[in-house]
Order: sequence, then C-alpha cells, then structure tokens
Amino acid sequence: MNDTAAHPSQTKRARATVALALFGLAALAVSVSFAISVGAVQVPLSTVWSVLLNKVSPGLIEQSWSQGREAIVWEIRFPRALLAMMVGAGLAMVGASLQAVTRNPLADPHLLGISSGGAFGAILALLHTGLFLGLLTVPFLAFLGALGATAIVLVVSRFAEATSADRLVLAGVAVSFIIMSGANVLIFLGDPRATHTVVFWMLGGLGLAQWSQLIYPLAILLVCGVWLVSRASALNAMTVGDETASTLGIPVARFRLTVFVIGAMITGVMVAFSGIIGFVGLMVPHVVRMFVGGDYLRVLPGSALVGAIFLLWADIAARTVMAPEDIPIGIVTGLVGGVFFIWLLGRKRAT
Amino acid sequence: MTAARLTVKDLSWSPKRGGDTLLHRTSFDLGAGRVLGIVGPNGAGKTTLLRLLYRFHRPVTGTVCVDDVDIWTVSARATAQRVAAVLQEQPSDFALTVGEIVSLGRTPHRQGFAGTGGAHDATVVHAALHQLDLHGLAHRHLGTLSGGERQRVMVARALAQEPRLLILDEPTNHLDIRHQLEVLDLIRGLPLTIVTSLHDLNLAAGVCDDVLLLKGGRPIGFGPPATVLSETAVSDAFRVDARRERLLPSDVDHLTFHLNANRS
Repeated sequence: MNDTAAHPSQTKRARATVALALFGLAALAVSVSFAISVGAVQVPLSTVWSVLLNKVSPGLIEQSWSQGREAIVWEIRFPRALLAMMVGAGLAMVGASLQAVTRNPLADPHLLGISSGGAFGAILALLHTGLFLGLLTVPFLAFLGALGATAIVLVVSRFAEATSADRLVLAGVAVSFIIMSGANVLIFLGDPRATHTVVFWMLGGLGLAQWSQLIYPLAILLVCGVWLVSRASALNAMTVGDETASTLGIPVARFRLTVFVIGAMITGVMVAFSGIIGFVGLMVPHVVRMFVGGDYLRVLPGSALVGAIFLLWADIAARTVMAPEDIPIGIVTGLVGGVFFIWLLGRKRAT
Repeated sequence: MTAARLTVKDLSWSPKRGGDTLLHRTSFDLGAGRVLGIVGPNGAGKTTLLRLLYRFHRPVTGTVCVDDVDIWTVSARATAQRVAAVLQEQPSDFALTVGEIVSLGRTPHRQGFAGTGGAHDATVVHAALHQLDLHGLAHRHLGTLSGGERQRVMVARALAQEPRLLILDEPTNHLDIRHQLEVLDLIRGLPLTIVTSLHDLNLAAGVCDDVLLLKGGRPIGFGPPATVLSETAVSDAFRVDARRERLLPSDVDHLTFHLNANRS
C-alpha cells in the first residue's frame, strides 16, 4: 500500500460511520413508533406521529383522534418508550466502559453485581427508610447500593486475586448472590402489601414511567454519557493494558475507579426506575463492535443507540407475548442475554 | 525526535513500607542517544527498575531524571510526552485496528476533548506506521497478527508518542531469530536514548552501548558490555560457569554457559 492510501480509506470509514449512524437513528425512530403503537389498544402509526407532532407544536394537525388515544400515546406509552431508550442506552454504555477498564469482554453491570446493589438500595428506600429525600430517595439509595456493591466486588476480586476475566465475573456473581439474598431479607421483613409491587419491579419493568420522573435518568445519562465519550481515548488505552495506559499518561487506578463510580451512578439510577434488566450491557457493545470496530469514540455512541433500540423491542416483546398482560422485561433480556452469553463463551473458545 | 539524557540516582523500591526491597540503591548516568541493556537472572529486579523508569512505580528513595527533569515532579502526562515504553502486555482483543493502536501514542499530546487529533497527529502516526513497515496492516485487527507483527505495532505505538527515551521490556521474547534481529536492528537505528531489558547476554553485548548487570535487586556492574560482562561477573550473577570464547569467523567475543561443576 502506498502513502496516500490511508486517506481515501479514512474518508471511506468516516462515510460508513455516518451512514451507520443515520441508519441507526432511522431504526430508532421506527422502533419508538412501534413501541408506542403496539399494545393492548392498538394505535395506528399515523395517530402516534400526529399526537407527538401536535404536542411539539400544538394545532399543527387537526385532532381526529379521541382523548383516550391521546392519553395512551402521550401519558403512558411515550414516557415508557423514553425510559426504555434511556435505560438501554445507559446500561449499554456502562457495559462497554466496564469492559474496557477491566479488559474483560464479560463485564456487565448485572454480572458484576452492580445492579443487585442498586436493587438493594432501592428496596431499602421503598420498604424501609421512607422517602426522606422525596422522589430522589429511591435513585439516591440505589446509587449508594450500586456503589457499595462495586466496592465489594473490587475488594473481593483483589482478595481472591481474580485478575482474569472469568474470575472477575465469578467474583461479581458471588457478590451478586449475597446482595440479592440481603435484598430478599429486606423484602421478607417489609410490609407484605408492598412486597408484590417490589418483587414485580425487581424483575424489571418500565411500566412506572412518568413524565415527572424522567428528568433524573435523563440528567444522569447526559452528564455521565458525555463524560465517558470525552474519555474515549483513555478507554481505548485501557484495553491495551494497565502499564501501557500508565505510560501514556493515564492515571490508571484513579481512572478505573472513576469509571466504576460513573457506572454505579448510571446503573443505580436506571435500576431505581426500571428494576433489574440484565445482559444489555454485556450484549450490546459486542454487537456494536462488529459494526464500528473497537474505537470507543464510536463504540460508546453506538452502544447507546443500539441499547436504546434493543430495549424498545424487548419492551414490545414483553407487552405482546402474553397480551394483555405485561411480563417483566427482565425475563426477555435475561432470555436473549443468556443465549448470547453462551454464544460468546463458545466463540471465545474457538479463537 | 531528540534523545534525552537519563540520570538515575540512589533509586530503590519495595512493594510496601517495610516490605522486601526489590531494588537496592541504584545509580547510573546514561548519555543521550545511548542504548542501555539491563541484564540479570530472573528476579534480579529488571522489571522493577524498568517500572521505576517509566513512572509506574514511585521510588522509595532516589530520583529518575530525564534531561534533568525529575519524572515525579511533573505530571504523568508530561512524562508520557518524553518517555515511552514497549511492554510485554498483550492487548486483549477489543477489535482495535493497528492504526488505532498506533494512534494511542498520541494520547499524551492531546488536549481536552478526545478528538481524532489534528493533522500533525495523523502525520506522526503515518510516519510511525511507515517506519515499522506496517502500512499494509493499518486496518487489520491486532488479534489477527503474528507475534512479530504485534511487537512491531507496539513499537510503532511508542514511537508515535515522539519520546526522547524509549524503554523496552524483553523486546525479543517469543520472537523467532529473524524478528529478533529486526527488532534489535531497529533499536540500534533509532535516534533515541534506549533502555531495554534483555535475556540474551550475547545479544545485549552486540546491541548495547552500556549494560547494567543486576543480581538480587542490586547493581553489580554498569558500563560497556566488554568490561561489565566479564566471565567472573556473569558466572557470579547467573550462578553458572560462563566462558568468554572467541568466534573465529566473525572475530567477536561470545559467552557460553555451563552448569557449575560443584553446584551449591
């Protein structure tokens, strides 16, 4: 290859990335439309868009639908779709980032016990402490729980010298079991009337989405997401190795810790609003890498996009397979993710 | 690229307070542009010394100065702009391409938001790829390369850092003879100050201007290979009988090693 060959191929790559991004955004728009349209009451796609457009600029389209339809679209399904997108995007970005700083392709907020910690904190808030911080109580305690679980996993993995990928995951799973049994004790001791809701919520569900609360996951996702993308080149360097990253001027220990705290923050808040939704963080980044390669400047936005789309469809599936009953979305992602995990193990052996 | 002078003074290190000292007070002064080989048996403290030089370990005593700047008085990033290292760490396969790995070398030179870097970055990366003959591989994933090619990628990454001091940890490990010679040839040709650990004493004698012989975490010789790698010093450090023999056809010294007749 000659000297000038790099430039055309770079522009080609840039073009391919733009094309993929546009395709992804289009897929996201289609997915949102379906997510709002599909359900116990079918709402035609044209109505979905008319309602949404009318909300953005009132009076744009003459109202030809009932108030009931409008309420379904705007008050119930649209916030739910937004929450699905934020949770999917957040968990996928956390998974991708944890995979880089642990150099572990199996890292995932669920497998590493962070989600369980979040659930523990949220249950504590819901059943025991009362909402002493108002609406912020549940996300705040969920964040503290996720952070605590992260700390425990890190201590255990150091104590057990779990430096390899597989052993770190085993440490995470072990901690996850312990924390979940603690969470179950909290449920057992809690008010029996409230436990049904809590158990259902723990299995993962987006049914509690409300406009008034969407601002919290949105704020966390934006702030943390921008921070992670701004550290893309450090994340790239971390995939090469701790010492090499350190010779590139990255304060490795502090950076890894910061990423874990950011991960706990996103995971905790997402768990507070949606319960435990596993395997999104494991699966999505792998799929994204197949399309855009390993550069975190593309992996992170790609993971956010694909995570959002994946969770929209997981939620559609959760609402339709046993319609009119909603099944917990965690069942859907667990099923898909578990199969994916097995595939990943098989592929690792093959290489 | 310009070479830096490396001054190491009273350097020692132990893992934690009161722990075993893995490197005892070591001092040496390496002129700009010279190649230093660090040799010694397993566990002699070679890796420890290198880690102190590339600012991974903080010294318990002493200083490491690159061009009279103590690397611990400036930031990790400022050090990374002067000192690069090629280590034995193998990147896990995260689907990064050769070009992306090499451009990681620009990390310490970038300001603020993680962009793709300016035109200067692209030129430097381009030159580094070229220098190691990696141009045709720029879009390949690292996982698909051979050991020798990977080693070249890691060297190219270090060169993209535009360092003045380059540190290499056993750069010839796991390479076949041709690739070993190529790496050593490259090291000789770089206009940088170089510190490299090497297992093979004869390779070290051939490629290095100076060698530092370590034993049990203590320096037992620093200077030109011909004086430091004497039969007695090598025999003592490696607990073998070393003999310096003369290779007739090429007329160079060559060390041969034999287990001690009366092993202790």
